[in-house]
Amino acid sequence: MLVGREGTRRVVTAVSRPAEQAGLRVGMPLTKAHALLPDILTLPADPAADAAALERLSLWALQHYAPIVAPDPPDGLVIDTTGADHLHGGEALMLSGLVNRLGASGIIARAAVADTWGAAFAAARFLADPVRVIPPGSAVESVSPLPIHGLRIPPEIVAGLHVLGFSTIGDLLAVPRAPLVLRFGPLLGRRLDQLEGIVREPVDPLRDPERIVARKGFGEPIGAPETIARYTTALVHDLCLALEKRGLGARRLDLIFHRVDNSLQAIRIGTARPVRDEKRLARLLCDRIETIEPGFGIEVMELSATLAEPLVLQQAATSLIEEAPADIAGLVDVIANRIGAARLYRIAPVESDVPERSFQRVAPLAPDAGATWQGQWPRPARLLARPEPIEVMALLPDHPPASFTWRGVRRLVKRADGPERVFGEWWKRDGERAAVRDYFQVEDAVGERFWLFRSGDEVQAAGGLGRWFLHGIFA
Amino acid sequence: MSSAAARAVLAGLRDRIRQFDGRAVRDRAVLPFGVPEIDERLPGGGLVLASLHEVCGGGNDAVQGAAAMLFAAGIAARTRGQVLWCLTRPDLFAPALAQAGLAPGRVLYVEAGDEKSLLLCFEEGLRHGGLGAVVAEVARLSMTASRRLQLAAEAGGTLGLAVRRFRSRAEADAFTLPSAAVTRWRVSVRPSVPLPVPGVGRARWLLELTRCRAGEAAEFEVEASDAEGRIAFSPRLADRPAAAGAWRGSASA
Repeated sequence: MLVGREGTRRVVTAVSRPAEQAGLRVGMPLTKAHALLPDILTLPADPAADAAALERLSLWALQHYAPIVAPDPPDGLVIDTTGADHLHGGEALMLSGLVNRLGASGIIARAAVADTWGAAFAAARFLADPVRVIPPGSAVESVSPLPIHGLRIPPEIVAGLHVLGFSTIGDLLAVPRAPLVLRFGPLLGRRLDQLEGIVREPVDPLRDPERIVARKGFGEPIGAPETIARYTTALVHDLCLALEKRGLGARRLDLIFHRVDNSLQAIRIGTARPVRDEKRLARLLCDRIETIEPGFGIEVMELSATLAEPLVLQQAATSLIEEAPADIAGLVDVIANRIGAARLYRIAPVESDVPERSFQRVAPLAPDAGATWQGQWPRPARLLARPEPIEVMALLPDHPPASFTWRGVRRLVKRADGPERVFGEWWKRDGERAAVRDYFQVEDAVGERFWLFRSGDEVQAAGGLGRWFLHGIFA
Repeated sequence: MSSAAARAVLAGLRDRIRQFDGRAVRDRAVLPFGVPEIDERLPGGGLVLASLHEVCGGGNDAVQGAAAMLFAAGIAARTRGQVLWCLTRPDLFAPALAQAGLAPGRVLYVEAGDEKSLLLCFEEGLRHGGLGAVVAEVARLSMTASRRLQLAAEAGGTLGLAVRRFRSRAEADAFTLPSAAVTRWRVSVRPSVPLPVPGVGRARWLLELTRCRAGEAAEFEVEASDAEGRIAFSPRLADRPAAAGAWRGSASA
């Protein structure tokens, strides 16, 4: 339990989960809390340290997630995901990744995405479990049944509204705005408008004082894509000069557009290795200009290197020795920024006899260990995501099937090879202590080849019992 | 006019036609199959490197595309440099590519969410110029899209292989629609030659060259890609030399 001061009273400002179950609430006087739980551990609240920690967390989110991030005291972060969610595989994946990473460092977080800051605020606190994506256009319906605490209004107004019988946001949206504003002040009306998206609410982005920034203001707002591209190139040039002075290369660049109507638009790009090549960076940024909505025009463009790392220049080998392999880092960056870095990968072998565990995805520019799969047994070109059960006719227990039926088609087996026995990984998983698969490669009458296996434990395998599955298709 | 002079004139005229076509000398580099029977049917003696080629599976394989994929992997394995492999359905089993000669360190996979971004990545890879080959498993390939890809392949000097993977047997008829690809292949599986012992022999394919720019359609019966991505010619049973026929007779007895 944390205790803070409110005027002359000492009140509870935060409680742990067990204490909450015991009936303690935030805002309760300290004496009452002590009466409920006499031996509770109380610590003084330190709002300044909390704010500093929140700012550190915002900086981390800025470097890893999106270009526009701001702390939302006392306990929130607001992130404008525009132009950045595709790098994390979409909004839902981005949110769950964020919550999981925070959870790993001991922070229990809830997150939501919605059209407006107000809707996302309410959804994150009352709907998210632990994440929630509210589809565009349905923000108001989704948050209507939520309590009015989700409106970012001071507790006195909440109490006053309760007295009048309002309990949900939907109740407030249904009544005329003017009498409410007359009674509770303009803040309530503004919050409701912001929630609905009638009034814009710009996020004042957090800035890292150490990061390298290039900025350009325009006397006359710009809007044409060609103009944006031209100034982007100019900004990249300035930024690269600044990076060169410090011997750095950019890993993550944010281009923020300040629009005339006081809202922000952003582009974020990431690179697999530190880059200081003007052409490449400009190309990556210009690729994404189409996602920018200039509205009535753009006043200021701001390019910053959110993440920069020391750039080690390598001497190119002379062509006298041998032709160096072409550098594909540029291509990797272009594709990763278009469709997301997780969708671009290499496949590396893993020491495992179980086919579906014999490979893993690695980063596209991971050093090549030169390893490949061991063994001479042929492997199918297509591996089904999960083995599909088939019906078979087998003549002898230890023989391949004489015919099998897969997806409603019966096929006669003309030729077969096998069995190749694969044991379960009992040294890793207890459940596979007795698991055995016998793989057969079979060819049917027209020459199509399939990879079948019989699954069971060793006793079943010896007796030819066990169920049959189709796992892959050869050519 | 002597025949040598006539040949010189013809060569000069061919060069001029190529110039009209807007293709540089570099673009005429080819990748031979190493099988004379196939290479002599292809203009230039092999697959033109800086261009787009289309491969489709026949029969049931039109949907699965396993044979077509291995055929493309065999071709890509014989190029130099990295290979970009674009797909939408991640059911490709990488060890099979390694067995067709494409070491895991050479292949970079792109898993595009839809056909549109797949084509974008395909084009980007072709245009980059530093890759050995770009393979993409596409369902639809319109004339416009294939023209773009062909131009990108010419600009980057990279071999492009479009493995057509139809979503249904009915859709496979679309393979007859025109596209800008230089060659078009259909790979169908054939029953393999019985071995003298129980077991499965090397897979055999019927390779149909259904379209070839400046060449004629043809079909070949071949043995599937080996560990270095090479296919081998297997003569049709009717044309088989007597000795081979005798071996076969004893093998199946």
